[in-house]
Amino acid sequence: MSAIELESTPSASTTRRERRRRQRPVRGPVSVFAQGTPLVWLTAGGLVLGLCMVLGLLALIIVQGGSTFWQGEQALVRLHDGTRLIGEQTRSEDFFPEAHAFEALAPERRAAAEEFVRAQGGRSNRRLLRTGNYELTGEHFRWISDFEVASEERPEWALLVERLSWGRFYGTPQSFRIDGQVVAREPARIWELFQEHHREVDARRSLRRGLETNETGAINARVEEQRLRLREHELDHGQDSPEWRAENERFQAGESRAQEEYARIRSEIQRLDRENARFELELVTADGVSKLLPLAEIVRLVAPNRLGFSGRLGLYLSRWREFLLDDPRESNSEGGVYPAIFGTVTMTLLMTLVVVPIGVLAALYLREYARAGWIVSCVRIAINNLAGVPSIVFGVFGLGFFCYFVGGSLDALFFRAKLPSPTFGTGGVLWAALTLALLTLPVVIVATEEALSAVPNSMREGSYACGASKWQTIRRIVLPRAMPGITTGMILAMARGAGEVAPLMLVGAVKLAPALPIDGNFPFLHPERSFMHLGFHIYDLGFQSQNSEAAKPMVYTTTLLLIVLIVVLNLAAIALRARLHKRFKGTHI
Amino acid sequence: MELHLHPTAERPPLVATKPHGPTSSAHPAGLPQSNARPSGLFEAIQRGARFQAAIHASIARETPIIEVEHFNLWYGGAQALHDVSMICPAGKVTALIGPSGCGKSTLLRCVNRMNDLIDSVRVEGRMRLAGQDIYERSLDVIELRKRIGMVFQKPNPFPMSILENVVYPLRIDGERDKQVLEEVGESSLRSAGLWEEVKDRLGASALELSGGQQQRLCIARAIAADPEVLLLDEPCSALDPIATGRIEELIHEFKGDYSILIVTHNMQQASRVSDFTAFMYLGRLVEFGATDEIFLQPELKETEDYVTGRFG
Repeated sequence: MSAIELESTPSASTTRRERRRRQRPVRGPVSVFAQGTPLVWLTAGGLVLGLCMVLGLLALIIVQGGSTFWQGEQALVRLHDGTRLIGEQTRSEDFFPEAHAFEALAPERRAAAEEFVRAQGGRSNRRLLRTGNYELTGEHFRWISDFEVASEERPEWALLVERLSWGRFYGTPQSFRIDGQVVAREPARIWELFQEHHREVDARRSLRRGLETNETGAINARVEEQRLRLREHELDHGQDSPEWRAENERFQAGESRAQEEYARIRSEIQRLDRENARFELELVTADGVSKLLPLAEIVRLVAPNRLGFSGRLGLYLSRWREFLLDDPRESNSEGGVYPAIFGTVTMTLLMTLVVVPIGVLAALYLREYARAGWIVSCVRIAINNLAGVPSIVFGVFGLGFFCYFVGGSLDALFFRAKLPSPTFGTGGVLWAALTLALLTLPVVIVATEEALSAVPNSMREGSYACGASKWQTIRRIVLPRAMPGITTGMILAMARGAGEVAPLMLVGAVKLAPALPIDGNFPFLHPERSFMHLGFHIYDLGFQSQNSEAAKPMVYTTTLLLIVLIVVLNLAAIALRARLHKRFKGTHI
Repeated sequence: MELHLHPTAERPPLVATKPHGPTSSAHPAGLPQSNARPSGLFEAIQRGARFQAAIHASIARETPIIEVEHFNLWYGGAQALHDVSMICPAGKVTALIGPSGCGKSTLLRCVNRMNDLIDSVRVEGRMRLAGQDIYERSLDVIELRKRIGMVFQKPNPFPMSILENVVYPLRIDGERDKQVLEEVGESSLRSAGLWEEVKDRLGASALELSGGQQQRLCIARAIAADPEVLLLDEPCSALDPIATGRIEELIHEFKGDYSILIVTHNMQQASRVSDFTAFMYLGRLVEFGATDEIFLQPELKETEDYVTGRFG
């Protein structure tokens, strides 16, 4: 039957087909669910919801954390009861004052205040003013309701003093003294003099601090080392034995040398202090109380109402610099977080050094060498479940096993001389790194395993066919090819480890560490030292701080810093992975 | 090859047959002077009896480089090779042909013991390379594989530079002398016909080459360590006709220097490049002889049906 034949003559089958088509009912509009449009909205909605939450979180932290160091204006507030306050506004809120709020006022003011509040519909607005001057007033902040305020102004020379202790000071300049003599009484001149002398005072102060910490610290370490050696001799050979006596002589000689050096440093410090003590700034508070501040006590002097935008910007950047590079003050509510950044980075690097080799080797064994069976499956399940264990459990394990058991044994074996004071038998950077390495091990193993199984078998076969052994194939072909995935796993582990706080609280993170884990004394890295950590710092600021109102903005700023740190790590991961991907472009991935 | 419709041949099928695979010149009517006899292969399989392959007399005159004796292989419980006995003549090209799943790739991979990589494989029988028993317990598999070069179906260059790919067999043998590596690299690339195209970018990644170039690179890599035997597992199946042609030229050039065992499902290729052809079916060696004889005067009917494109 040719094709031409079929088309020209209507055969029986064609008519049947036409009839069937006519008889079939016309279908109504296709249901909306069948078309699938609601699914598009549903899935897009889910994505948008997640994105909103993430962006909302980021926006909150960026706005709150970023605005901490921005200097607002300073107000001089006169209350109806005659109190005068100088301070900067931090928060404000509306509230409905109860009857007892008015009882605190003087009787003649009560009626006027109630009338004032009633005119606003029973609502009053109160502001939290940071008034500082803690040693004079006993409080850092003060609430002021709007019905209490008589008048308010912005004096040009209302100054803000950031100082080494006691928190902030607010006042107006009274005089500038050198060697006890008043040299200037005009605010402008006082300001000039301050700028002139403060730089050298600051330089002398940091020199003094260097002498105090670094040099004294070095001498201390030496003396301590000698003392431990002496004690070891005592333990080994007994007191009054000839070896001990010889060592004792050496120790005495060393000590007297150290005493000389201490004396030298002390006199140097005293000289610097004397130089600095010459310069003083006298300020008067809003209440008229006068306070004499040595220039050495002052970290920064700000005249907020005299600042233009560029001035504020400069101040903002200067405060950020201090935040990133300086030590904390005032139980972490002021100053910088540099030791915390340093401690976080050191611990994270140590953790990575431990977890990556172990994880990669374990994954290599599981994927390349182990014969498939129920044991291997069990191990794999166990590793995956390890990722779900609460992190505090790791902390407890780390404390019990690493600190007490391993650390205790190390102390008993190598550091008997220092006992009962523990060296390794307590929390430190090493144990914290090992605990977190255990926590992030599943991440590395899973990522490495996936990277290894993504290496095409054809490549492995090609290597075997060339006469390579299994290890040669792994080293030359499989591992390099799997490197992008392994690096991804490593960065994921780093990011996770840098943010975990709960286990660290038990194994080595402290509120204020006496020294950094890495310093100039041999052996340069001190794995037994406790350290500061950004995550722990945030917890400490938020919950353990005395001056909680001042610490709150710092919480946000430190959180912002931690997030930025982790974002930087992740971006590094992406860049590294992209570079490695380019190298393997063309392979059937 | 001219084929005419011969009145004494079988009646051609009534329905026009679609050509099987890439064949075009095979005539459905069978070959002239066909005295192919039915082999009784299917009956033997059904009965579970051994099947005797038809080995042509021309084989007996050849010196073998690979000898296979009563070779059986199981993947777990399923038997893939049944009692295969054949030889590969030294210095010649032997082709293994047969429909998909007949065991030709399996047999090829047995020569350099690549099937050892699969856990469930079990082997019985003997296989010898230059007189030495390959499946002997004390044999060092790595050393064996260094004497054999293999090229796979899909080009599998390593993620390294072109030169590093070629000299990989030398590096894993411990060779570190840069001079030697460069010399061997150049000679291998010349032999594989790739030198002119890559000589000024030896450091570039091998993955940037085209498919045909990558396969020639794999060939260069296979011959770099001067093997005794070359195993080619469908080397042109992933390539375009021009690249295929170049590789077939290479195989021609290699004759005499290497003994080559090539698996191909393209019968025309087998007839073009090989000196000897073995036809396998359902895991058994059916017929083995000189290529001309297999294609023009097969002894068995199944062979004739396959080479003429009746099935496959």
